[in-house]
Amino acid sequence: MQTDKAMQTDKVIQSLAAQLQPVRRLRSPLLRALLWLAVIGAVAGLLIAHAVGVGVFLQRVAVPRVAVETAATGLTAITAVIAAFELSVPGHSPRWAVLPVLPLLTWLGASGLGCLANGLGLHGAAGFSGDSSHCFAFITGVSVPLAVALFWMLRRARPIDPLPVAALGTLGVAATAAFLLQFFHPFDVTVIDLALHLAAIALVVVVGTAWRRPLLAAA
Amino acid sequence: MTTDPTSQQRDQAWSQLMRAAQSGDRAAYEKLLGEISPLIRALVRRHCSNRADIEDMVQDTLLTLHRVRHTYDPGRPFCPWLAAIAWRRSIDALRRRIRVSKYEIANQGVYETFSDAAANSDLEGVRSAEEVEDLLQLLPPRQRDALQALKLKQMTLAEASLASGQSVAALKVNTHRALKRLRMLLEARKR
Repeated sequence: MQTDKAMQTDKVIQSLAAQLQPVRRLRSPLLRALLWLAVIGAVAGLLIAHAVGVGVFLQRVAVPRVAVETAATGLTAITAVIAAFELSVPGHSPRWAVLPVLPLLTWLGASGLGCLANGLGLHGAAGFSGDSSHCFAFITGVSVPLAVALFWMLRRARPIDPLPVAALGTLGVAATAAFLLQFFHPFDVTVIDLALHLAAIALVVVVGTAWRRPLLAAA
Repeated sequence: MTTDPTSQQRDQAWSQLMRAAQSGDRAAYEKLLGEISPLIRALVRRHCSNRADIEDMVQDTLLTLHRVRHTYDPGRPFCPWLAAIAWRRSIDALRRRIRVSKYEIANQGVYETFSDAAANSDLEGVRSAEEVEDLLQLLPPRQRDALQALKLKQMTLAEASLASGQSVAALKVNTHRALKRLRMLLEARKR
């Protein structure tokens, strides 16, 4: 029995060697992450310059709390995407997974402070059905093409442990969408806004993570 | 893992062989896989004591290594890359075993024979090869591939994994689901 199994292993080795084909080596995960961020940044930059301009945004980031919130959102996106690419390759430290934690906490903290500064006021019935749902739709809607582009690149690595890759990748995508939202929805968030932002981000992360194996072509 | 000079030399030698394998050198690849098998065996033995299971895990690790060989960067040490693959496949195998022992029980009755010939088969409702083929077409592609390779073509898990591109873990899960689904389809047909 044991000999049979060991012989099977030898056969597997011979079979793998016999069907070996040259492969194109994957570029460094950091380089690939930066490439994705650069392409998305360039496309988003063109869209923003063409559609909304940056005037209102620059006025808003003159407020320190908003500047911190915006920077933390952008950093969450960047670090989560980098961590996803790093973890898609075997042998890279699992500690990459904690890279986005600090910017994420800062982002959530600054958004929470924004709610407090806003006097915990709700928009009222009209506001709730208007801006908040618009934010939810924006984050989830923009996340879809971003996720398609990200997973298309990540699946080249055929991750052996797709869970952290999918979770971090979708967090990066949702954070990118939330960052872009700052240009299209330049207002202080209320509790309802924040709750819907978080719900949209959670939805993107949960859906992307649930479909991780086919989406990432896990090995 | 690569602290003493001998380990470092070994790591460098394997790294060179892997680099050659990435370029399509079959002899280097076969040499590499032969040399690293004992190390993989030692790594998976930390998670499992059953010899047959260990060998399954070794084969699964080799198959996974083959699928992700393009991810190895010759500028980095080889052994941590290999250890990460072996560790992941061991954890997957352990999780699978825990899941199976938690939710499934061995049903010895399955292997009993009865005087009524029809009662000896789960497939008594199936009267022809065409019917089997029809039933297989009702399965999702990955489940159908797994069932055909393992049960109809009698391939080993390693052979089926190579042929289908599915991991050993995925093959086991898909075969289990395919059989369950076939049973449901047959029961529905009897009613």
